[in-house]
Amino acid sequence: MVAAKLTKQREGMGNITARDIGKEFIRPDGKRTIALSNLNVDIKAGEFICLIGPSGCGKSTFLRLIAGLSKPTFGEIRLDNQLIKGPGYERGLVFQDSTLFPWLNIYDNIAYGLKIRRVFKQHKQDVNEFIRLVGLAGFEKAYPHQLSGGMAQRASLARALVSNPKILLLDEPLGALDAFTRMNMQDEILRIWKERDTTMLMVTHDVDEAIYLSDRVFVMTPRPAKIEEIIEVNSGRGENRGRQRDSGDFLRLRSKILQILDFTGKTPPPEYYL
Amino acid sequence: MAEKIKNEQKLSFGFNFRSAIPIGALIITLLTEILIPNNQEAKYRELTNFRSVLFFALIISVILFTITLFYKNFRSKYSHKGWFIGGFILFFNILNVVTVKFLLLPQIYFPSLNRVLNVYIEDRQFLLKCMGSSFSLLIEGLIFGTVVGVFTGILVGWSLNWNYWLYPIIRILGPIPSSTWIPLALVLFPTPRWAAVFLIAFGVWFQITILTSSGIQSVKKSYFEVSSTMGATNLQNLFHIAIPDALPSIFLGFFNATCSSFVALMAAEMLGVKAGIGWYINWQKEMISYPNVYAGLVIIAVFCYLFITLQFKVRDKLLGWQKGVIKW
Repeated sequence: MVAAKLTKQREGMGNITARDIGKEFIRPDGKRTIALSNLNVDIKAGEFICLIGPSGCGKSTFLRLIAGLSKPTFGEIRLDNQLIKGPGYERGLVFQDSTLFPWLNIYDNIAYGLKIRRVFKQHKQDVNEFIRLVGLAGFEKAYPHQLSGGMAQRASLARALVSNPKILLLDEPLGALDAFTRMNMQDEILRIWKERDTTMLMVTHDVDEAIYLSDRVFVMTPRPAKIEEIIEVNSGRGENRGRQRDSGDFLRLRSKILQILDFTGKTPPPEYYL
Repeated sequence: MAEKIKNEQKLSFGFNFRSAIPIGALIITLLTEILIPNNQEAKYRELTNFRSVLFFALIISVILFTITLFYKNFRSKYSHKGWFIGGFILFFNILNVVTVKFLLLPQIYFPSLNRVLNVYIEDRQFLLKCMGSSFSLLIEGLIFGTVVGVFTGILVGWSLNWNYWLYPIIRILGPIPSSTWIPLALVLFPTPRWAAVFLIAFGVWFQITILTSSGIQSVKKSYFEVSSTMGATNLQNLFHIAIPDALPSIFLGFFNATCSSFVALMAAEMLGVKAGIGWYINWQKEMISYPNVYAGLVIIAVFCYLFITLQFKVRDKLLGWQKGVIKW
């Protein structure tokens, strides 16, 4: 097992508790926009959670609050009972567009976090292990512009994982990939998640992806932005009903989520008439 | 094994007629030079410098042509440039014909190539001194301007407070042409040489400041966010994200600055210097000695060209990661 060699030391576990979260933005014209209100969320350590919902439902905002990139207007978020005050390496982040630094090669990109925190020497081995884990061995010297979209996202994953985060925040990480690469990467992410015990929180637009990957799906709706329903899909890391794309369970879960999101049995808005 | 294949490719015999174009052009030019006698009224019509240069160039072009027969890489490069080099030589042939051969242009402003070349022989000691002087002035100005420019560029690009106070001032002062600073520079600096360095440094500073700060301001926000979630502090974000990402822009600023520093050099050398290419050109212009003016211009052009080529080489080495991203 590759994972056995990796450093697996954790101070805490990776539980997220969010209480009465509200987030308001003040627009340039002085009016307030409510992005989130009265949000209560509990995520257990080691869980795989997907946030799904249409644009503007506040899912990315929520992810950024956990990452510490912006602060909630009301309420507080805790990671293992520690109040989140700002960004930190125990909460890794992967965006939709590859944010690999173009001036560093793949190896240096992945080692970046370790070097920044001056722990590179102790964890040198991890860099190589993670490069192998995401299947990029042999590409260490390549620069980001030489990689395909899928490879760049693998490298982004490895870069976030090498800091050994308690929770990995994924903001539509596969959104820009083609359908086949995407399914491939979903399996990759599942495999990595099964080998590591990182908590995963992923924002997605893709219902199938959410069912396939997560333990629980948080279905969010906009105006006002809130979690409409939490759907249990899989349990833990075994062979689960949501992980068979052609099973009846999969299709039932799919139509249930689409129903909550109001996409079935309803006359589409006029712009969709052909 | 791979080495062997590479050598075989290099050492393949082949011929491309374009490699021979320079030789043809040189022979035509030489024949023109020898067969058509110099005009009776042309000054210094007994000079034969151009002829000597052509002979020398012919020997070199034959050597280069021989090399192209054996080395594939060199052949493809050299033959690609064949038409250009040939055209370049024929241009000088035309110049030679319209000046010394038929005197179609006023010879006080359009001296023969022989006379221009003669300047390099007669004035060579003094020209070398001028080149040394200009070079050190230029380098000092560039270094000062670049160091201060990068520094202010980072301040303005990174800190909102510095931006608030400095940016408008830079916008007001920057576009003022160097030469208009001459009176003030002479008062402010203890020696004219310092004033001259200041004039060059000023133009460089403006270009570098603007492009450094714009480079830093246009760094993708998500780079900072990702870097922060990996544990970077604000200062680390500056040195490990903002500055590396702004490097292409800083280099572009340096390129612009180099070009404008050659303009500033002419102005700077009006100030109490006793040697320098810009000074030499100004002086000779006033003496209405146009052969010397052209000789000086050619030196500046070649100097500028070499300097920028060197800069491009350094840039390609440092910024290999952005190959194919930006081209200039």
